[in-house]
Amino acid sequence: MEIEVHVLHYLVISTVMMFCGIYGFFTRKNLLALLISAELMLNATNINFAVFNRYLFPEQLEGHFFSLFGIAIAAAETAVAIAIIINVYRNINKILTDDISEMKG
Amino acid sequence: MEYTIFILALPVLSFLVLALAGMKMPHKVAGAIGTLSLAAVTVLSYITAIGYFSAPRTAEGLLPVSTPWNFQWLPFTESLHIDMGIMLDPISVMMLVVISTVSLMVHIYSFGYMKGERGFQRYYAFLSLFTFSMLGLVVATNIFQMYVFWELVGVSSYLLIGFYYTKPEAIAASKKAFIVTRFADLGFLIGILIYGYYMQTFTFSPSEEQLMKAGMVLPWALGLMFVGGAGKSAMFPLHIWLPDAMEGPTPVSALIHAATMVVAGVYLVARMFPLFIGFAPQTLHWVAYIGMFTAFYAATVACVQSDIKRVLAFSTISQIGFMMVALGVSTSLDPHEGGLGYMASMFHLFTHAMFKALLFLGAGCVIHAVHSNEMSFMGGLRKYMPVTHITFLIACLAIAGIPPFSGFFSKDEILAACFRFSPVAGWIMTIIAGMTAFYMFRLYYCIFWGKTNDNYAHHTPHESPVVMTLPLVILAAITVVAGWAMPFGHFVSSNGHVYDIHLDTTVATTSIIVAVLAIIIATWMYAGKTQPVADMLQKKFSRLHHAAYRRFFMDEIWMFVTKKIIFRCISTPLAWFDRHVIDQFMNFMAWATNAAGETAQPVQSGKIQTYTMWFLGGIIILTAALILL
Amino acid sequence: MFSLFEIAFYAVALCIIVFSVLAVTTSSILRSATYLLFVLLGTGGIYAILGYTFLSAVQLMVYAGGIIVLYVFSILLTRSSGTMKYKIRRGKMISVLLTTLVGMALVMFILATNGFALNIIPQGVELPVEKIGNALIGTEKYQFVLPFEVMSVLLLACMIGAIMIARKRN
Repeated sequence: MEIEVHVLHYLVISTVMMFCGIYGFFTRKNLLALLISAELMLNATNINFAVFNRYLFPEQLEGHFFSLFGIAIAAAETAVAIAIIINVYRNINKILTDDISEMKG
Repeated sequence: MEYTIFILALPVLSFLVLALAGMKMPHKVAGAIGTLSLAAVTVLSYITAIGYFSAPRTAEGLLPVSTPWNFQWLPFTESLHIDMGIMLDPISVMMLVVISTVSLMVHIYSFGYMKGERGFQRYYAFLSLFTFSMLGLVVATNIFQMYVFWELVGVSSYLLIGFYYTKPEAIAASKKAFIVTRFADLGFLIGILIYGYYMQTFTFSPSEEQLMKAGMVLPWALGLMFVGGAGKSAMFPLHIWLPDAMEGPTPVSALIHAATMVVAGVYLVARMFPLFIGFAPQTLHWVAYIGMFTAFYAATVACVQSDIKRVLAFSTISQIGFMMVALGVSTSLDPHEGGLGYMASMFHLFTHAMFKALLFLGAGCVIHAVHSNEMSFMGGLRKYMPVTHITFLIACLAIAGIPPFSGFFSKDEILAACFRFSPVAGWIMTIIAGMTAFYMFRLYYCIFWGKTNDNYAHHTPHESPVVMTLPLVILAAITVVAGWAMPFGHFVSSNGHVYDIHLDTTVATTSIIVAVLAIIIATWMYAGKTQPVADMLQKKFSRLHHAAYRRFFMDEIWMFVTKKIIFRCISTPLAWFDRHVIDQFMNFMAWATNAAGETAQPVQSGKIQTYTMWFLGGIIILTAALILL
Repeated sequence: MFSLFEIAFYAVALCIIVFSVLAVTTSSILRSATYLLFVLLGTGGIYAILGYTFLSAVQLMVYAGGIIVLYVFSILLTRSSGTMKYKIRRGKMISVLLTTLVGMALVMFILATNGFALNIIPQGVELPVEKIGNALIGTEKYQFVLPFEVMSVLLLACMIGAIMIARKRN
């Protein structure tokens, strides 16, 4: 038995997910919501890695492991980002992007 | 003759010492430094002159031209390079003697004249600078070195005219002198550049080959150089600065504006004389015409001036006109044929330097005594100032052309040269010589004769101290003997060969008669206690008198030309263009930069989302471009 | 006919798309986090369908179990659970939509014109965990001990970093 799903379908899912993340990243003002959007984008790329690995090179595992490490890095990134956000919140009591523009010259 | 370098080195050293440390010195020390260094220069110049003129002549009977010092300064091509050096030839050695003698006299004289003046040390520093520049000018090995020192002379002249820098007239006069001569020097510079371009050299003797190639360019180059010379030598219509330059201290007028600097133009023409004769005889004739008109114009103006220094200034202009005419009427290099004028001009330059310096220094004594330049404050001074009176009289006789004084001999040569060129020119110059005698004796009588001025009642004029009268006596002695005691033609002549000066009896007799007549008329008009004839003439020709007194409105014409024509038609539109186009363009550039910055500044919002959006937009555009194109 | 796996795939795909959109459009941050959880679960499902069950398990454990919990905690800690109905300027909104839609269209276009012909994978063939384990700690070609170790160091570093950053300064 085989599954007949065109590879394009996976890619469409990941694309939609990616651009949802991008949309959220642009429109959200809450830093945590921004982070959620970033997670969406990361997931989209992870899916792509796994799908291409499965369809193009089933005997090898590079894409698989890339996804695996991607998940680990996402976890690390989230941990640090949340730490920073909590710190910012503790200092200025706000976590909206409009309030945080110290990078401006 | 390597020691000649000290002739240049000593004045420049004394200038540096006085300029840097002078203000810390007592007046006497500063004056002594300047005077002693100049005395050394004078001694060296005399040694040089004696050595040079007594040296054996070459096989062709010429005095050898030597360049004891020369180093290449700015090389452009193989042959075209600017050098700095010392060149000794008959006229440069003659000029060394003239400059150092007059300068030394002025240095000594200034001890008395400038006594107690503020800026005494500065004065001596400038005098040293001037002497250095003038000496550098005459010994120049090439036309460009001459130009460099020419400008240095102009600067020192500017500094000395504006010596009393608290007087507005002095400042205006110094600026006028500088601007007018600078304007003329533009012609000189262009002439030099054309000359250098076509001759492939800056030296005075370009190669035959280049001379042949240049063709019609050379007369233009020489003509432009003459424009520079005309500016410095106060030829009409560029003479307007010289009368005003009398605002400077009187010894300065004697040194710079009578004896040395103003003859630089004559010297320049004499320097280029072989080229003028060979390739631009027409230009040379123009020199003669301009010189003639200048001599006449200045003589008429000098007849009515009331400021004694102005009279002398116009007489200087007139006499330089004589020298120019003498050069201009030359038609060949052979003194026996048509080249007599060259020798005559140099001879007159020499004698004129001496007696004109004497006249100015004498006028300085008078001004020192009565504290005014105006003739109306003078009169009857012969009783109070006997030495000044006698020496002044000698100088007047010399300039009027009465034998045996030096001016007679040199003027006679000039007149002879003019008669050879054309009788008309000769007669015109003879009449101008008569006018010279007239206005000089008018001056003499107004100062030393006539009724004693009322102002003397509360301030009796007295003879000047010895430091001031000694130079007068020395110069007077030179004036008495220079004409006949010295075989000038053996030293300087147009082709370098020995030329024996012999008086042309017809010319000499005519000129003496004219001069004596003029003196008699002057005596009749001005020697008495009152001057009824002069007053009557002044009333009768009041318009003419007024015009001549105002120098035929030359200053007004220049003012009109500069203010109404040049300023209005050229400078104002240029200023408008500068202000409205160039400045506005610059403002626009600044504004555009500023606006671009202001516009771009909000992009740097500090908002990470905006940044990423631009980033993504860029990626999309680039990707689309890569795929679709 | 669709096999069970195919039906499962399309269900998961639908779920992912719907919850992705919801996660970025909802006005409540807590809900947003919840929708993200569903998206992550869906992703885990995709991995499972592809036969990468180990990866699926990791996804569920790390993301769904760990990260989402972290989010919820931080949302509660920062007291920002309230509404996210911020006004967005029309100009910005237009440019965002333009960028996103054009970008999406571009990617879709690339995908569609690339000419992928692959459409079959074996059903129910699972990547053995033994193979994954060997690859993770092997030093041969196509084996990943070095990235694995680097990753462990990274995780340690970020753990320490997170503690340092977030700790209370006296």
